[in-house]
Amino acid sequence: MSKTKAIAADAVEENGGLKARRFVAYLVLIILSFLCLIWFYILFINATRSNGELGRGFQAYPSTYAAKNFVGMLHSTQPILRGMMNSLLVAGLSAALCTYFSTMTAYAIHAYRFKGREAILTFILAIMMIPTQVSALGFVQLMTKMKLMNTYLPLIIPSIAAPATFFYMKQYMDSVLSISLVEAARIDGAGEFMIFNNIVLPLMKPAIAVQAIFTFVASWNNYFTPALILKDENMKTLPVLIAELRSADFLKFDMGIVYMTIAFSIFPVIIVYLILSKNILKGDPI
Amino acid sequence: MRHSMKRMLSVATSIAMVSSLAACGGSSSSSTTAAPAAETTAAAAAETTAAPAETTAAATEAATEAAGGDEGKVLNIECWNTEFQSRLTDHYPGYEKVDDTTGKIGDVTVNWHITPSDDNAYQNNLDEKLPANGDAAADDKVDLFLMEADYAKKYVNADVTMNVKDLGITDDDIKDQYQYTKDIVTDGSGVLKGLSWQACSAGLIYNRAIAKEVLGSDDPEKVQEAVKDWDTFNATAKTLADKGYKITSTVNDTYRVYSNNVSKPWVDGTTVQVDDNIKKWVDDSKALADAKETGVADLWSDDWSAGFYPEGKVFCYFGPAWLINFSMHGDDLKSVAGQGGWGFVVGPQSFYWGGTWIAAATGTDNPTLVKDIMLKMTTDPAILKDIAVKDADCVNNKSVLAELAGETIDPVAAEDGKAGNITFILGGQNPYQVLADGAEKVDMSNISDYDQGCNEEFQSAMKGYFDGNYKSYDDALAAFNKAIVEKYPELTTG
Amino acid sequence: MKKTSKVMEYNRWGYIFLIPFFVVFVVFQLIPLISTIYNSFFENFKSGLKQIGPNFVGFGNYVKILSNPDLWKYFGNTMIMWIIGFIPQIIVSLLLAAWFTDPSLRLKGQRFFKTVIYLPNLIMASAFAMLFFTLFSDNGPINSMLMQMGFLPEPFKFFSSVVATRNLVGFMNFIMWFGNTTILLMAGMMGIDQALFEAAEVDGATPNQIFYKITLPLLRPILVYVLITSLIGGLQMFDVPQILTNGTGDPARSTMTTIMWLNKHLFSKNYGMGGALSVLIFIVTGILSILVFQLTGKEQTN
Repeated sequence: MSKTKAIAADAVEENGGLKARRFVAYLVLIILSFLCLIWFYILFINATRSNGELGRGFQAYPSTYAAKNFVGMLHSTQPILRGMMNSLLVAGLSAALCTYFSTMTAYAIHAYRFKGREAILTFILAIMMIPTQVSALGFVQLMTKMKLMNTYLPLIIPSIAAPATFFYMKQYMDSVLSISLVEAARIDGAGEFMIFNNIVLPLMKPAIAVQAIFTFVASWNNYFTPALILKDENMKTLPVLIAELRSADFLKFDMGIVYMTIAFSIFPVIIVYLILSKNILKGDPI
Repeated sequence: MRHSMKRMLSVATSIAMVSSLAACGGSSSSSTTAAPAAETTAAAAAETTAAPAETTAAATEAATEAAGGDEGKVLNIECWNTEFQSRLTDHYPGYEKVDDTTGKIGDVTVNWHITPSDDNAYQNNLDEKLPANGDAAADDKVDLFLMEADYAKKYVNADVTMNVKDLGITDDDIKDQYQYTKDIVTDGSGVLKGLSWQACSAGLIYNRAIAKEVLGSDDPEKVQEAVKDWDTFNATAKTLADKGYKITSTVNDTYRVYSNNVSKPWVDGTTVQVDDNIKKWVDDSKALADAKETGVADLWSDDWSAGFYPEGKVFCYFGPAWLINFSMHGDDLKSVAGQGGWGFVVGPQSFYWGGTWIAAATGTDNPTLVKDIMLKMTTDPAILKDIAVKDADCVNNKSVLAELAGETIDPVAAEDGKAGNITFILGGQNPYQVLADGAEKVDMSNISDYDQGCNEEFQSAMKGYFDGNYKSYDDALAAFNKAIVEKYPELTTG
Repeated sequence: MKKTSKVMEYNRWGYIFLIPFFVVFVVFQLIPLISTIYNSFFENFKSGLKQIGPNFVGFGNYVKILSNPDLWKYFGNTMIMWIIGFIPQIIVSLLLAAWFTDPSLRLKGQRFFKTVIYLPNLIMASAFAMLFFTLFSDNGPINSMLMQMGFLPEPFKFFSSVVATRNLVGFMNFIMWFGNTTILLMAGMMGIDQALFEAAEVDGATPNQIFYKITLPLLRPILVYVLITSLIGGLQMFDVPQILTNGTGDPARSTMTTIMWLNKHLFSKNYGMGGALSVLIFIVTGILSILVFQLTGKEQTN
């Protein structure tokens, strides 16, 4: 904020119009915050209630059945805990591979001047918008042929080619990595691969952190592809198990457990988000 | 799979019981898994644990023979839950449990391959494994697999299932089984390819208090008079509505009754056709729903089960014995079942609901053992009586049911958290005569390969009509036709 | 001379570092895409145990899909639900972005509000949809609250009403995405030269005038960018309606989206029709992507 502007603002501080506008702004913000949070509040409350209590209508305060619902969830026919482990594994590895190789790809474009560089850059940007769904059919057929159905490889490996992450990395690299740094390292006799791992990667840490979170969350929340690939109950990730809840009627009979299961699958993300929100909000791509 | 089974069985028999109910409940897509969950499990668990496993130390003759001969050492069973596993564990002589997914019969290792039915996963699994069974390694061959009625024809009409006669099972062996249970697993040329130990014939379960108030009597004979055919049934609905009661909680209650009494199959050649009786269900249901004499909720929804309690003001449900035993909240003293307030009659038409069929997979390398399991589990009167008493399955045996119908079964009252027995829930009535008569009358000769998809999609499309989202029956029918072709692209609609 | 060859040698590493990306891209995206297109020219499906085809049918599948009113209906559903979510999303995001970047307002607790409005974007869409399904079910907490407060005499059947179900899907999309859009627009607004605002203020422009005459026109490129990326996202709408309606797209298929329809074909293993539908979606998305490209290209040159 420029100084003159601050003064101008002070001058109109007592202005009634400004006060009204501020009031409206707060009001709208509070309503929106309410609309964002109320669902999670109800979810939290309901996860602590027994099926019987839930049947008697909504109450705004928590009850005492959280532990019981939690145990019920662990003993339900769905391997929820296992699902969380699976999700952690898939999302964690995806995030790691995605950020590492996207940085590598960005480095290739950023640091080297080779034939076809511009064309490749345009090409990667062009494929950014292809939705995964349109090639899902061929993807499933190919995975079947490669005997990769019901494994995690088809969910993890494709994250290596992530045009959006690449684009972010490239933009960030353009601003932090100067070629002279690379050249200096070369003079010191460092190999290209070593330079990438020891100099470029550490420099890119902030961008990697941000993109790791985004990739992790995207993979954690992904439903379409895992639903097509994973068949074995014990291999399934959380979103697939949650979707099963919707079609499996018998669990609906104990709604307390259903709410607990939903809560269990989203609260970890909320907690991680609250801890890291500063980075995420700052680092939103573009 | 192993781990999930462990987890499932770590809560031991209660889960097994839930799953067994799921098997019975099977028919419409999602209600395949529609086991009446938590509330009933406690009571159910108590019952199963009470049943001592029949552990004959010696292996059966069949297993010894098989093991000694050149038959396979591994018996692979494909199923979608643990129902049959627990039946075999509890009732098949010589079965020893090793862990949650393996057992032993003599020298033969029994492997249970459990694929839940959600999203058609169980059938997809069979579709992959069964056609390749001939080429599979001996120890990987599927030997036995289980089926539900709605899709049984799909496997029966393909050459992946064995003729039971080829196993050495004779007509005489199965003369005590009900015809409809055979019709469901008989292929187009009249060859029987599977057997079931259950005959889940069903009837109309009515609320005695409401019957007394509205019909003047809760005597089964009098009540049957008021619901003896659909016209009378619909007239009774009006009488009930005048007093503030719904005849059923949802239109979907009666769907199974109408659809079990069709005069032509869903699919003729490759053309989908809607039977007159199913059309009648639509017309009757639309009239009832529009008059608010019934609702349109899905089965197993909260709205459907509301009538399990007196405040739900629902006159009747349609269902088999397992519904009465395990699903009507009999362990809750506030429920109608908990107070022994239901009665049981045949209703407008006979029908069945649920059941699991056992079939031998073509290519099995354990035919002797497979035969013995099928014979013992579906025809041995002593074992079936035991299953009827301990697991409350309505068994597929005319003499056993007749025996049960002739016995006086003392009511065992419900306690909090534990349901009473069926005679208690039914206010002292022994239902077995009604069940046996019903099973005799059920005619499933018009079942087709496509029943599951057709029934699901038809109900789903008609829901839109009852809700008013489709303006006319024709619009709803068009939606049904569309959905069917998506599901079975080889079919055409009329 | 020696130096250039050395540089050339270094630059070879560019290709080496690109290998992982391209190998993975070719195997997991390009080959599947090509085989999807290839499949679209065949009649090829599995029904139970029966395999039908593959029989070459040329453009038969395309003719079937395009002549079928269903595609247009599902495309319409997708667009309607997208618009229901997008209109409030863009209005609210513009407002919030303007407020957050307006120094004269000096809003307190910005960090808190930003954190909260961004939160729903990170929630598993499947869990969020499942949650809404339970909350809005006939006997769910929303109905019981409305009844307790006396707004409703009996439960409102949200999922039997076309309007209610579509609005719920739209609303969920709104809640999940307006935080994200707000942050995008804020970035755009902060990029506007402050001198312009100061000059306008000196000239006695009202905040409304500043917003309409300066902020909006200068924000146009990023607004269009938001519009088109959101549209592409909207065309891919799947998780929320799929789980909310258990894949049926009910009531009366009024919430069936194109991707849900594609998913149905994939599940019934109808590779021919599924392939043709995929290619059509691919073409539409491609056209929209080209629009984005040209747009961002223009923005960069500006």
